[in-house]
Amino acid sequence: MPPDSPPAAIPDIHPAAEPPGLLELFLAFAKVSLSGFGGVLVFARRAIVEKYRWMTADEFNETYALCHFLPGPNICNLSVVFGARIRGIPGSFAAFTGLVGPPVVIVSTLAMIYARYGEIPALQRTLAGISCAAVGLVIGVAARMMGPLLKRRDPVAIGFLVAVFAAIGLLRWPLPPVLLVAIPLSIAATYAVRRKAAP
Amino acid sequence: MNGSLGDIWTLAWTFGLLSLFAIGGAASAIPEMNRIAVDLHHWMTDAQFADAFAISQLSPGPNILIVTLIGYQVAGVAGGLVATLAMCGPTAVVAYNVSGLLQRSSQSKWPAIIQAALVPLSIGLMSASALVLAQAADRTWLAVVLTATAAILTLATRLNPLWLLLAGGCLGFAGVV
Repeated sequence: MPPDSPPAAIPDIHPAAEPPGLLELFLAFAKVSLSGFGGVLVFARRAIVEKYRWMTADEFNETYALCHFLPGPNICNLSVVFGARIRGIPGSFAAFTGLVGPPVVIVSTLAMIYARYGEIPALQRTLAGISCAAVGLVIGVAARMMGPLLKRRDPVAIGFLVAVFAAIGLLRWPLPPVLLVAIPLSIAATYAVRRKAAP
Repeated sequence: MNGSLGDIWTLAWTFGLLSLFAIGGAASAIPEMNRIAVDLHHWMTDAQFADAFAISQLSPGPNILIVTLIGYQVAGVAGGLVATLAMCGPTAVVAYNVSGLLQRSSQSKWPAIIQAALVPLSIGLMSASALVLAQAADRTWLAVVLTATAAILTLATRLNPLWLLLAGGCLGFAGVV
């Protein structure tokens, strides 16, 4: 060991021994993506934090929080941000194509089958049954997310929730104008509430 | 389904714009996708939209795959690819840049305020998604019962969603719903 090297006692903050290469990134995200039915996030966390140890749990949470707060598909954002941190822009491309490429091939194949055989009654019935269950999943997830808000009895948040639901779900207004009004109003209201709450 | 260059271009800007308004993820944008694909452009019927959602849920991977299916319906494989990239590209660029920015100054309280302000909006959008999809999929009262059962099981248990989808498919195949 050269004399000017840092002492070994400094804890290694990054758990990974070596940052993964492009192919490794691609394969890891492809594997995560293909094992993720109805939500890839759990598998992504397991792979990145537990299996490969490319990030600590805190780093992962921080990155995910960022991607959740930005618009767009969270997990796609996560793959891009993660890939970039590890290997720059090529890393982004490797992680993103790994995440999205294989499922797109699968779903395109299913689309071809559907275009060809979609009229067959048995297939129609099966898909209709799957749709019903899939809608139930969405309702369940929405209800689960609503839980904390309802528990806190936060009138501002619940008001915005109901208003957006009515505008988009009931009145079927276009999304961009609704959000261009709702986002600034909600931010202003949240800021006002927090300022009042703070001493 | 003719797949002209005009269609591809429409897919690109439609989903590119939509991605920037998908707060809380692709599931929040389902009502707008339904409005655009069924009501505005008549790319598909409501029933086909419900089918596309079912197929996308059945496939592994991120939940943007319904976008791939809408694109495919409009302009084949090329349409599917363009729609998918349009749905991810713009926000990926935003995420890349914001991530670089936040690494430099992360002491601001604004990210937390904005996040807290966006949560109720994204839950409202998710609820709207549920309503729009239910209107497309639940045509008989038995279908409503199946949906309600799946919702309760999702809420009350940690059951893998794939089992619910398979059970729904079996009941459908058997002609129950």
